[in-house]
Amino acid sequence: MSDEEDDIILSELDDEELVQQMFDDLYDGLKEEIEEAVNILLERGWQPYDILTKALVGGMTIVGHDFRDGILFVPEVLLAANAMKGGMHILKPLLAETGAPKQGKMVIGTVKGDIHDIGKNLVSMMMEGAGFEVVDLGINNPVENYLEAIAKEEADILGMSALLTTTMPYMKVVIDTMIAQGIRDDYIVLVGGAPLNEEFGKAIGADAYCRDAAVAVETAKEYISRKHNQMAAG
Amino acid sequence: MTNALSRALETRDWLLADGATGTNLFNMGLQSGDAPEFWNENEPEKIRTLYRNAVEAGSDLFLTNSFGANASRLKLHDAGHRAYELSKIAAELGREVADAAGREVIVAGSVGPTGEIMGAAGSLGHADAVAMFEETAKGLMDGGADVLWVETISAPEEYKAAAEAFNNIGAPWCGTMSFDTAGRTMMGMTAPAMVEMVEGLPTPPIAFGANCGVGASDLMRTVLGFTATGTKRPLIAKGNAGIPKYVDGHIHYDGTPELMAEYACLARDSGVSIIGGCCGTLPEHLKAMREALETRPRGAAPSLEDISEKLGGFSSDSDGTGEPTKTRERRGRRRS
Repeated sequence: MSDEEDDIILSELDDEELVQQMFDDLYDGLKEEIEEAVNILLERGWQPYDILTKALVGGMTIVGHDFRDGILFVPEVLLAANAMKGGMHILKPLLAETGAPKQGKMVIGTVKGDIHDIGKNLVSMMMEGAGFEVVDLGINNPVENYLEAIAKEEADILGMSALLTTTMPYMKVVIDTMIAQGIRDDYIVLVGGAPLNEEFGKAIGADAYCRDAAVAVETAKEYISRKHNQMAAG
Repeated sequence: MTNALSRALETRDWLLADGATGTNLFNMGLQSGDAPEFWNENEPEKIRTLYRNAVEAGSDLFLTNSFGANASRLKLHDAGHRAYELSKIAAELGREVADAAGREVIVAGSVGPTGEIMGAAGSLGHADAVAMFEETAKGLMDGGADVLWVETISAPEEYKAAAEAFNNIGAPWCGTMSFDTAGRTMMGMTAPAMVEMVEGLPTPPIAFGANCGVGASDLMRTVLGFTATGTKRPLIAKGNAGIPKYVDGHIHYDGTPELMAEYACLARDSGVSIIGGCCGTLPEHLKAMREALETRPRGAAPSLEDISEKLGGFSSDSDGTGEPTKTRERRGRRRS
């Protein structure tokens, strides 16, 4: 690290360089720098939605890929997500004002009996980082909590997490209840958690099993765009 | 050296530890989501049976039912204030079973992670973590544990906090981490980095190693990462009995007793002194491991190829050491 590098002045960078710098700063989890850069782009007349998608989501995508590939680990991802949050905090009210398009809404929670939340929190943060709206139900959720929340929030995606091999089967209870009520196909159901695998996801009738938070984001995007295509076609 | 574990390590080539706690308790009817530690009080006979089953299957050492007996975990069951007493009962029941075994059996007081995130991105500070571990540790030692045993740790900060807490009460200890993410711990620590951390502690453990993670082959790869550093400190291996599979509505680990017997011998041949199982490891696995360790001759330390041939393939390409496969072109960091 040379001293020269300490002297980057964000406001002196042109737009393209600034966005590149934001990618680096997100990667390094520098919250204040991200907040400053967001404000600079706003002053330069950028649309809040463009700042979100081109700068923040773009940067978090890099973080997500390196997390997926085992180059970054949880501590770095948490810091990056925290920096992202700083930027989002500024953008959120502006996004609502400007009626920016939404990526989609996810209701997420750890299933009944399971009190582990690190994995779920990571998914929440990465999903927000990717521009999704996330409603986090916390830990230990019975089926009623999920059903009430997806209806009330008009969610697109239901995410369920379990860390224990003994709580995994409860995901099936939730999905079976959705089937019984005839609402299963109204939602994209994603499941995740350390002991799960793809086979399990299929066996219980989820749309997809997501190995980690980065995969959850990619999968959510894919399913949301498929849903939009269907709507356009139908 | 006055503790039972150090004495045993001086005279024995290897020690057989126990298997799973959770898997066995669920087989006895523990409901998912319930804190197993409540059974120390409400179902003591089942906890004695858990311990006794390990002893009867040939374990020289077993862990107490206190993995989640810390203030942070118990708080989620509205019992945050009961860490000391539930830990103490866990150890008392263990002492009872060990003393009735008719041979030397070591009671290791299990200390699990707080479940909170420490370090720059976290919410749990060092002093609070030390206080939490100390409370559990005191309960376990007062209940008669021979040694403390912190396990399934993923953050170096948390391992260090536990070490400090144990030192505060002058208790002998061991500690293992869980390497489950592309060869590293969830928080990114590699096997050689753990050795460096352990040897740099002001009060290092009697033994250290790996537990849980992803199956027995991955765990053995981590062991080779330890031994490659040339460490002389006794090593612990407690691998899962294969990978969990969902069969007819319940979870089944696919590792057979034969596979775990192979694993036990590979661990011993690699230079591990304390060998046991983790999730999915039942008494029948322990019996097969004991028999194999007693009857199969010691062999040369296995290579990665030997391990994958005997135990199955690894879950990731590398053990997480060395250069990452892809590096990001940086414009330069502004903070080091």
